[in-house]
Amino acid sequence: MSAFDHNPIVEMKDIEKHFGPVIALNGVSFDVRPGECHCLLGDNGAGKSTFIKTMSGVHKPTRGEILFEGRRMDFASPRDAMEAGIATVYQDLAMIPLMSVTRNFWMGREPVKRIGPMKFMDFRTANEVTMEEMRKMGINLRSPDQAVGTLSGGERQTVAIARAVYFGAKVLILDEPTSALGVRQTANVLATIDKVRKTGIGIVFITHNVRHALAVGDRFTVLNRGKTLGTAQRGQITPEELQDLMAGGQEMVELEGSLGGTV
Amino acid sequence: MSEAGQGAALAPAKDERVKEISGFRKALIRPELGAIVGTIAVFVFFIAFAADSGMFNAQGILNWSTVSAQFMIIAVGACMLMIAGEFDLSVGSMIGFAGMSIAILSVTLQWPVWVAILLTFALCIAVGALNGWIVVRTGLPSFIVTLAFLFILRGFTIFFPQLIERQTIIGGISDAAEGDWLAPVFGGKILGFVFDWLAEMEMIAVFERGTRAGEPIVDGIPMLIVWALALVAVAHVILTRTQFGNWVFASGGDAQAARYVGVPVNRVKILMFMFTAFCACVFATCQVMEFGSAGADRGLLKEFEAIIAVVIGGALLTGGYGSVIGAALGALIFGVVQQGLFFAGVESSLFRVFLGVILLFAVILNTYIRRIITGER
Ligand SMILES: Nc1ncnc2c1ncn2[C@@H]1O[C@H](COP(=O)(O)OP(=O)(O)OP(=O)(O)O)[C@@H](O)[C@H]1O
Ligand SMILES: [Mg+2]
Repeated sequence: MSAFDHNPIVEMKDIEKHFGPVIALNGVSFDVRPGECHCLLGDNGAGKSTFIKTMSGVHKPTRGEILFEGRRMDFASPRDAMEAGIATVYQDLAMIPLMSVTRNFWMGREPVKRIGPMKFMDFRTANEVTMEEMRKMGINLRSPDQAVGTLSGGERQTVAIARAVYFGAKVLILDEPTSALGVRQTANVLATIDKVRKTGIGIVFITHNVRHALAVGDRFTVLNRGKTLGTAQRGQITPEELQDLMAGGQEMVELEGSLGGTV
Repeated sequence: MSEAGQGAALAPAKDERVKEISGFRKALIRPELGAIVGTIAVFVFFIAFAADSGMFNAQGILNWSTVSAQFMIIAVGACMLMIAGEFDLSVGSMIGFAGMSIAILSVTLQWPVWVAILLTFALCIAVGALNGWIVVRTGLPSFIVTLAFLFILRGFTIFFPQLIERQTIIGGISDAAEGDWLAPVFGGKILGFVFDWLAEMEMIAVFERGTRAGEPIVDGIPMLIVWALALVAVAHVILTRTQFGNWVFASGGDAQAARYVGVPVNRVKILMFMFTAFCACVFATCQVMEFGSAGADRGLLKEFEAIIAVVIGGALLTGGYGSVIGAALGALIFGVVQQGLFFAGVESSLFRVFLGVILLFAVILNTYIRRIITGER
């Protein structure tokens, strides 16, 4: 993978995050390089969401440092991180269902054109770009006026991803984009991730699902109780090993025995 | 990467799962559809049953147009605010308050009427901003915050004239407004020459006797109607064609999602509270100029009538969806029915019954439409 020729875009070093007495992250290191998909795996409560929220400027780390393109960064807000080029697609916060695809796509950065002293939203450009960007991701919209609510879960994720890519994201963080999707929708989102990676954007892909991770991931980092259990390269690890790491080793082997290897 | 590759191959050229929705359903998801149908139904009904009552001669038309325009002015404000995800229950009290403020400043304190009007606007818009600021700062439902202002403003509106003039109605504004430059902008009429000409052509009736004998019965279009149409047009364009309009929809649709992409949600909401207050103030000023007096009980229940007009117009009470044109048609339905029942000689209390029934129908229809759009079951 060409990804390894490049320096990391974002590098997180020994990140600790405490919420009062709760130690959510206890020294996590992680980096993303251009054009790679780095999967972050872990069980419920492992600290995945907390970790990416420190990366995207929602939380300030208690200790540790964040390097963006080699420079130390101190994001004061998600807006800062976004402007630097770190885009996050949250599963539930991505889209407004009652609004059209175009209105959602451009929300917060609407293109304007002047007519006399007045500034209007340039719907023609907005619609064209939206249709084109969605087509690039493999989705043919019926019309740009279509309400996002009429799209499937996977298509909604794709609109959010296309939006982040179009507005110049260098790192794209996806928090469990496939967790609520069926087989086919999942395949579409994974295909989209693959396309985005090929444009040179670094992707942080959070999931519970080892098979989804293995389908697109270049590297895999497993979080457990706020600590990293290590990072593996693609091809160096089997699905079973990854599964065991996620569950913290031992227990899974026993569990699998009792369930007849169906997990 | 096998699964991803497969996914790419699977990505359909045309998504055959999306059923082509029928033209009927497509028309249904326009917010103003219900209001358009309602408007047609109301006109057909009154043309059939009240055509010979004088409802559709020049004077009759002016009558229900004026009442509709009043509803329209406050409905526009309520509509924008509801789309931004909030309510203002203090509109009715604000109308009484603004009228009283103009009366006290111009009649009691003898300040020029234009000063009184401008100061009142500034005061009302500031109260609107305060409403909005409290709502976005505390995160309390706007229902509660503006309910508080419903009582606060009404209380002051009754207290001050009693304290100062020992009565709850202050008159004499017409005399004070004589020769004022700003008063006619709210209380005047335009296009009088058109009506003179129409009377000359014997197309509209003229007074037969009295001091105004020979003058047309309708001698111009009240500024109230001009304000209503202008507010509808401006609000419609802002909402549907500008960046700010997109922010209004986004703020009401999902404030958190909007904030995340950098929409200044708090600013948008506060501005919409200020706009609602502005509309209430326009209503009050027109009313005061027309009646020549201010009363402490003016504007009672107006906030609910505004909200009902907006809901008939297809807006969702939950925010993020609606139409100014729809709200304007909702207001037109109101005005026509209220005055139509009067022309048809029906007991006026039945208008309330009509309001309740139509509100229920509109809300049920809107909920159904929402399900179609969002695909909820
Ligand atoms: N704001 C907060 N205040 C206190 N504790 C928190 C806060 N946010 C997260 N935590 C705690 O930090 C730990 C990690 O939570 P986090 O949401 O990061 O897990 P996760 O790996 O994303 O889990 P899931 O897979 O269920 O999404 C949990 O024990 C959680 O209770
Ligand atoms: Mg999580």
